[in-house]
Amino acid sequence: MSQDTHAEHHDVIAEIKKVTIILSVLTIVELILGFWMIGITSPGLRLGIKGVIIILMMAKAFYIVAYFMHLKHELKNLIMTIIVPLALFIWFIIAFLADGNSFRNLRNNYDRNFKEQSTIKVEKKEAGAHATDEKGGAKEGEHK
Amino acid sequence: MSNVTTASTKEAKWWNGGKSPFDVEYGKVMMWYFLMSDAFTFGAFLISYGTVRFSTNGWPDPNAVFKSFPFAPEGVNAPLVFVSIMTFILIVSSVTMVLAVHAGKMMDKKGVVRNMIWTIIGGIAFLSCQAWEWNHLHHEGAWWGLNPFINADGSASTTNFTNFFFTITGFHGFHVFSGVVINIIMLIMTLMDKFEQRGHYLMIEKAGLYWHFVDLVWVFVFTCFYLL
Repeated sequence: MSQDTHAEHHDVIAEIKKVTIILSVLTIVELILGFWMIGITSPGLRLGIKGVIIILMMAKAFYIVAYFMHLKHELKNLIMTIIVPLALFIWFIIAFLADGNSFRNLRNNYDRNFKEQSTIKVEKKEAGAHATDEKGGAKEGEHK
Repeated sequence: MSNVTTASTKEAKWWNGGKSPFDVEYGKVMMWYFLMSDAFTFGAFLISYGTVRFSTNGWPDPNAVFKSFPFAPEGVNAPLVFVSIMTFILIVSSVTMVLAVHAGKMMDKKGVVRNMIWTIIGGIAFLSCQAWEWNHLHHEGAWWGLNPFINADGSASTTNFTNFFFTITGFHGFHVFSGVVINIIMLIMTLMDKFEQRGHYLMIEKAGLYWHFVDLVWVFVFTCFYLL
């Protein structure tokens, strides 16, 4: 009996170690992609890297929920009662992002001021300058 | 075929009454449902951020905004460095939390205490990092309703960027804070031998679920604000 729990103990520790390494590697790959993206200007390539980062993010989420939160070793009944409602997110994300995108297209087509605003270049503010008040005041006026 | 029938009869028995169909205690099921509802709250925040970002022509470049580091000279350009340290702090504290839960299952009080202390230290370290970052951004003129940063394409940016950043990281930081408080309570209860008297460490498992959820949300917040 005690040998069984002893073997089980080693299995659990090995699994924790494995998942820790996987999570660290996924994070490091994400960061490498993030650093790589700083110098890239091509919109298509940027979009592709962002897609890869999102896939890595989902993989990290899977490992945290499945192993750290122990959901993978629970009964199927419990897994389903958690995962099925979360499937609503698939619709949420598609619907709302598409809506935002459509709103931008509509405004670019029909709101001339909105389109013009995005073409006017403004001066870059020096880092660390304490010009909070004047800049903030100007921003607030602009926002309305 | 016979396998299928045995499997289905076996499964059907979970719903015949007399025992939990989820085979976990009540509190753990409720913790899962609470976390599910919390996931929808965070999801709503992040999706509204995405919707607004999709409906705007320009957006500030995160690498131009989050580029400073504590004790580094003014104007240092170190994008992603500080936030990657914050991410690793939270991952490590999640690992020590798993170890605490496992020690609890083995009825190893010393292991629970040691790993809970490390988890609490990790949580406090994360909160300190976030406090520094917020303070630094505030000094640069960023706050709710104030955005000193310009869009990546050089056009004027709206306050949506800072509003979403402070609201979502603030809400996550509040979760980290309450997680640290819960973990401290669990540590005190362990030291008072409450769980030894009960004969189980199930409370540590529930606190662990909450703590992992905080780490899980950070995975999404970190990606959405700092990488994309």
